[in-house]
Amino acid sequence: MPEFEPKIVAFCCRYCAYTAADLAGSMRLQYSPNIRVVEMPCSGTIEHGVILNAFEKGADGVYIAGCNLGDCHFLKGNVRAIKRVAAVKKVLDEIGLGGDRLEFFHVPASEGTKFAKVANDMTERIRQLGPSPLNKSAAGNAKKEGGQTA
Amino acid sequence: MIVAQQKPINDIAQMINDCKKVLFVGCAGCVTVCLAGGEKETEVMASAMRIKRTLENNPLEAITYTCTRQCDPEYIASLDNVVKDVDAIVSLACGVGVQYLAERFKDKWVVPALDTKFIGGSTVHGVWEEKCGLCGECILHRTGGICPIIRCSKSILNGPCGGSQYGKCEVNKDIDCAWQLIYDRMKALGKLDKLMEIQPPKDWSKSRDGGPRKAIREDVMIDE
Repeated sequence: MPEFEPKIVAFCCRYCAYTAADLAGSMRLQYSPNIRVVEMPCSGTIEHGVILNAFEKGADGVYIAGCNLGDCHFLKGNVRAIKRVAAVKKVLDEIGLGGDRLEFFHVPASEGTKFAKVANDMTERIRQLGPSPLNKSAAGNAKKEGGQTA
Repeated sequence: MIVAQQKPINDIAQMINDCKKVLFVGCAGCVTVCLAGGEKETEVMASAMRIKRTLENNPLEAITYTCTRQCDPEYIASLDNVVKDVDAIVSLACGVGVQYLAERFKDKWVVPALDTKFIGGSTVHGVWEEKCGLCGECILHRTGGICPIIRCSKSILNGPCGGSQYGKCEVNKDIDCAWQLIYDRMKALGKLDKLMEIQPPKDWSKSRDGGPRKAIREDVMIDE
């Protein structure tokens, strides 16, 4: 049986994590092709419904990557994102999907290596958790589709 | 505004457990402002409920609609065509909205998604406080704009009581003594003499003690 390849949606702030992804590419870093990057104007623009939607549409895992505390371009967007992620984790636990499938990471623009590490760590975490129970038929197919690389 | 909070998601799920198609109805009035039952919250609840039911092998078709207000017949009339084939309606409005939907759609199972808490306002984003007791006869002109009916734990009219300690209420140290606030404000306004007027017993028949209330403005009623 082929190894499960999770589908992970990474909502990345353009001022940090998204820029770090560019840097990871410039540095020729290899990272998990399982993540699908969505550029956000700020991690603080993430909304509860968008995260749940990602899971409903087939994501096995979701993470939001924002600036370090104190570094937000809009001052407090990352703090708000952290609170929203905590709230949605609670909902995911309540409905049985599991809050572990969702996470927030701090990824500064200058840390391409951290971007790659976060992508790899989250992929490994979701691989351990297994396919989302909502995707019984589609046990992940990142390799087939060709995941995003730097 | 009316302040409400969502019930635990599992409680709502229990109410509609045997329904296959459910309409979640949000309200763009008070509950949107207090972030309990607006368009966004309605979508989130429908999404969460769909996921939960899929995981339980009991798939749910959840559709959503957000009314301008659920407490006016003309705004829920637009649901007439939407409700036809649903097994239940979940209202994310205050208790008024739930009842309006139940009255209009007599053959539908209508359930509340919110607990209606109080009439109040926000102090900071995400925090709401009770401010009005709906007593039916406002006395704020006598109390410096601070309501003793709802902000005093005993609703007393000639306070403070002996439970007032260092400006706080004996019920909870986080509750300000309303009568201390009233005294301080009247003093600052130079109107302490007004507090010397003894207030007669309040006519509670104008509040809930008189049964369900009704307000009528004949001058704005439209003749059929």
